[in-house]
Amino acid sequence: MGKTIAEKIFKAHLVDNPFGDTHVIKLDAVFCHEITTPIAITDLMARGKDRVFDPKKIKAVIDHVTPAKDSKTATQGKIVRDWARRHGIIDFFDIGKNGVCHALFPEQGFVRPGYTIIMGDSHTCTHGAFGAFAAGVGTTDLEVGILKGVCAFKAPETIKINIIGELKPGVFSKDVILNLIGKIGVNGATNKVIEFTGNVVYEMSMESRMTLCNMAIEAGATCGICYPDIITVDYLWPFISKDYASKEDALEDYRKWISDPDATYAQVMDFDVSYLDPQVTFGYKPDNVKSVGEMTDVQVDQVYIGSCTNGRLEDLRIAADVLKGKKIADTVRGVVSPATPTVYSNALEEGIIKIFMDAGFCVTNPTCGACLGMSNGVLAEGEVCAATTNRNFNGRMGRGGMVHLMSPATAAATAIAGHITNSSLFNG
Amino acid sequence: MKNFSGKVLFLDRSDINTDEIIPAKYLTEVTKEALKPFLFDDLKMDGFSVDKIKGKRVVVTRNNFGCGSSREHAPWAFEVNDINLVIATGFARIFRQNMFNCGMMAVELPESVIDMLFDKYAGKETVVETDFQAGKFVFIAEGVSDEVSFSDEIPFVVSEFDRALVNAGGWVDYADKKY
Repeated sequence: MGKTIAEKIFKAHLVDNPFGDTHVIKLDAVFCHEITTPIAITDLMARGKDRVFDPKKIKAVIDHVTPAKDSKTATQGKIVRDWARRHGIIDFFDIGKNGVCHALFPEQGFVRPGYTIIMGDSHTCTHGAFGAFAAGVGTTDLEVGILKGVCAFKAPETIKINIIGELKPGVFSKDVILNLIGKIGVNGATNKVIEFTGNVVYEMSMESRMTLCNMAIEAGATCGICYPDIITVDYLWPFISKDYASKEDALEDYRKWISDPDATYAQVMDFDVSYLDPQVTFGYKPDNVKSVGEMTDVQVDQVYIGSCTNGRLEDLRIAADVLKGKKIADTVRGVVSPATPTVYSNALEEGIIKIFMDAGFCVTNPTCGACLGMSNGVLAEGEVCAATTNRNFNGRMGRGGMVHLMSPATAAATAIAGHITNSSLFNG
Repeated sequence: MKNFSGKVLFLDRSDINTDEIIPAKYLTEVTKEALKPFLFDDLKMDGFSVDKIKGKRVVVTRNNFGCGSSREHAPWAFEVNDINLVIATGFARIFRQNMFNCGMMAVELPESVIDMLFDKYAGKETVVETDFQAGKFVFIAEGVSDEVSFSDEIPFVVSEFDRALVNAGGWVDYADKKY
């Protein structure tokens, strides 16, 4: 009987099957940031277990609140920094080199097809874009990952979502995933892996696939996953060129990580996106989704472009295309956070940062920033933010604030208009 | 093993997320105890106010509880308030695993049973007595007079793995011994 990609990865990494469908699997990488890791470190120390299973397989970054905003966040950073030094964790990214984890780690070449990855962050599912099994976990799972290099999961039942058709101009992977979450609901994929297949996915850049997989958790999924292909190989080539004689060889090797045609799925869905319009959320759940056209009367106070969903160079380019030569509305505060120093630097070189600044945006350093209301860009009671982030929960960006999720193109157009609007009004 | 019995807090809503359980602004704390005053700080729902948490030891709620962030601060915020048991129609995966990883319990009951519990017990002084080994809850409504006191015995199932975690008091010691 055929296997799904997730089942193949589990089989290749199985350490133990202690009970029923509990699979303890070996981890290829454990990612860490300064919000969920410090308590893992202090707890391991308190238990007399201040050890790491393999310093080369642990990657750490300070990204949520950086530079530190107060003594508490400074302490969180210090705990991770000291721990990384103590254990010889070479891939530790501190200020000046740090960026949003799910943008930075792929950019550094830390993800490979067939890998198993955990991180104490729910959006770890982003890395499934590379054909990896990557899951968000809590601090205790993270502790065990750090200590022993293993994690326990149930058998990975899979929902296959075949995304077909042709996206209209001004419609992006963010619109696809928002619409999809609207269709299947915030728990439509709980305990399941979502496999994204179909011509639309195969034509997407790695950045767009990461956006797609990033929000799989908003439908409850353990992981979103795409098949590795030549686009994956091209992205990873600077990191793997020593391992393979040619890109064709790498591709041949990576194609072992695709599902068999006769694999068994929990559900298979065809999703034609040809008629899809730009999407936006309303209310406090990511499955509250409408077409932008139905929401144009919503005035916004802030526009935030950034985060692990849409803070990559491709996203900034898309927003800059809309913003070029225009000013944002006087009533709007525009904030953009390039996701990594490389994104920032490339955006500078391409003139994208100047477009943002000329339009009236505030450009921050690479950080998770406003997305979860922990550091900058927090909303006041009753304020509304148009954001390229992934969560619109009540209080997420500040108590009493409302967040509308949308693509970078829609966010840029909204900044100009002062209310939610379609980017086609300002494009070209 | 933790205590899984006591007074019940009913939360009649689905999709209560981890941001509502413990907002991100409190994630700068590096001790669990510091989270104690902030449980459900951002939960806005009809009939709920944070003073209702006082003295409660068990939460009964609807579907997809604990969705959103992976923050284990959510179970910890319960733990430091002596709430070690959440009963729901369904849980988000990470929250559910975090509960058992801490030696706490997140128990799913069928929708019809949860409906019955809300119908019969919400709004009354309700206590749950949990027999973990037997896999049994006893819900007891303590009425103002004998006539309105009643109880129901409800069986529950936790997987062998979850049972092992509860018995071991959590995943760290279990995993360090075994792997």
